[in-house]
Amino acid sequence: MGKSFGNVRAVDDLTFTVEPGTVTGFLGPNGAGKTTTLRMLLGLVRPTSGSATFGGTRYQDLAHPLNTVGTALEASSFHPGRSARNHLRVYALAAGIRANRVDEVLAQVGIAQYADRRVGGYSLGMRQRLGLAFALLGDPGVLVLDEPVNGLDPEGIKWIRSFLKQLAAEGRTVLVSSHLLSEVQQSVDRVVIISRGSLVFEGGLDELESGPRVLADSPQRDALGSALRAAGGTVEAASAGLAVTGLSRERVGAIALDAGCALTLLSTEHSGIEKAFLELVGEGESL
Amino acid sequence: MNALAALRAEATKVLTVRMWWVLLIVLVGYVAFTSGLLALVFGGLGDKLSASGGNVPKIPEAALPPIIYSIASSIGYVFPVLFGTLATTAEFRHQTLTPTFLATPRRGVVLGAKFVTLAVVGAVYGVAALIASVGLGASILAATGHDAGLGHSDTWLLFARIVLAMAIWAVIGVGLGALIPSQVAAIVIVLAFTQFVEPILRLVSTFADWMASIGKFLPGAASDALVGSSIFTSLGASTGETQSLDWWSGGLVLLGYAVLAGTFGYFTSWRKDVT
Ligand SMILES: Nc1ncnc2c1ncn2[C@@H]1O[C@H](COP(=O)(O)OP(=O)(O)OP(=O)(O)O)[C@@H](O)[C@H]1O
Ligand SMILES: [Mg+2]
Repeated sequence: MGKSFGNVRAVDDLTFTVEPGTVTGFLGPNGAGKTTTLRMLLGLVRPTSGSATFGGTRYQDLAHPLNTVGTALEASSFHPGRSARNHLRVYALAAGIRANRVDEVLAQVGIAQYADRRVGGYSLGMRQRLGLAFALLGDPGVLVLDEPVNGLDPEGIKWIRSFLKQLAAEGRTVLVSSHLLSEVQQSVDRVVIISRGSLVFEGGLDELESGPRVLADSPQRDALGSALRAAGGTVEAASAGLAVTGLSRERVGAIALDAGCALTLLSTEHSGIEKAFLELVGEGESL
Repeated sequence: MNALAALRAEATKVLTVRMWWVLLIVLVGYVAFTSGLLALVFGGLGDKLSASGGNVPKIPEAALPPIIYSIASSIGYVFPVLFGTLATTAEFRHQTLTPTFLATPRRGVVLGAKFVTLAVVGAVYGVAALIASVGLGASILAATGHDAGLGHSDTWLLFARIVLAMAIWAVIGVGLGALIPSQVAAIVIVLAFTQFVEPILRLVSTFADWMASIGKFLPGAASDALVGSSIFTSLGASTGETQSLDWWSGGLVLLGYAVLAGTFGYFTSWRKDVT
């Protein structure tokens, strides 16, 4: 798909597939085109080129859209003068969903006790939960969630993580967007990363990681470096000593012993995913 | 099936926000006040004043009840059009078009359901406004010794046409809301046009024959023609030239405005990207 707003190229020739039964993170920095892509997926924004389908059917052509795809987009789309229960009732009626489903989803997201309060007085966290209740209304097999973690407090973030896990355990297909990898890292199986409207990575989280690095240091740093290179490792200067790839921590320790270098530092560094992500989206330098 | 579901959703939208009855109460109060005052002036006081040689525009006895009763639409029409506009622009303002189009992706169906729902609301407004204008007007007319006209079938046909006019006005409001998605701009335009621009245009159009032949196609004039009686046309008749359409062509012109606003609204903002 592609989308231009006037001469702003929001999404540029983007193609990806979300596998059934997986939780896929849809990542990219602010303004990368995530929301625009999701809205094109749902028939809310007309693509300039291309199309998107759910199992081969465009959203607009689904016989029971809310029962097939559940959606929570980042914008809070509520009439402030309407209660949460009535808000959900309206769309349950429109989609032909039975009325008592409204109370079920309100309880499921934990806002049942506020159901008859007007939404205008809701906190951001309560609105996010109401948005998720709307997504669950039709008990859909596919969920599209745009930045559900945004604006939540630590308690809320914890809740949404377990919520995503639960959805995945139930075998649902979830596409969840975020501008921070760390926000969804624990919950996703696969990631689709875009930057400036284009795809930069699609695959498993483990494929994203370039492998752990070993950090080592010694008063005889140069001697240690040559010994490690001679043993086949790649050695770079890091902020605290040497960063070694291609050798395990144990090997680095053994090589240092053989070379007669006393070690002052020996540890494994696992920050690979986040770093790889930032490099992919081209923000590595600014951080 | 789909259309019926959309219709029930739209009706629930209207009923679950306070706006509909707030506007209804104001409408009833406004119409009751105006028609009561008019009945007193032309019914009660008018007799006394003309008996003592005062200067009150003379209105034929038989025309008096329709003028008073039609206050329901000749003055009250701004309420259904305002409500239709508010109901539609609220969808843009609060971004509720997103869940609406997610539940009913066929946008034409949604707009159609809104038209029908608001037509019913407009008709309900018409009935309520009539209860106010007839309730107070007929009592005062009867108390001051006039024929309230409630026994004539013509009067009841008048009531039916008033309800129809109010229904069409609400649909015009929906079309305008789709045409002007900015709520503030839409309200300002509706109020300025109905309360200021159109009354002046209608007054000006009585100055010459050729202007009157255009002026009768103004929406308010068409509405009054459909209803068949209005304080504006009656007063106009005593000061200058007026022309009026037949009731049915007035109705068609008014419906034309509704279709025009709805169609343009659909093709401009309603089909646009929802971002
Ligand atoms: N309605 C619109 N009109 C013009 N430009 C738009 C519109 N909507 C989005 N854009 C532009 O498209 C680009 C992508 O925006 P989008 O909202 O899809 O990004 P995003 O990845 O969701 O960002 P964020 O993380 O901030 O939510 C941005 O440059 C934005 O300015
Ligand atoms: Mg976004």
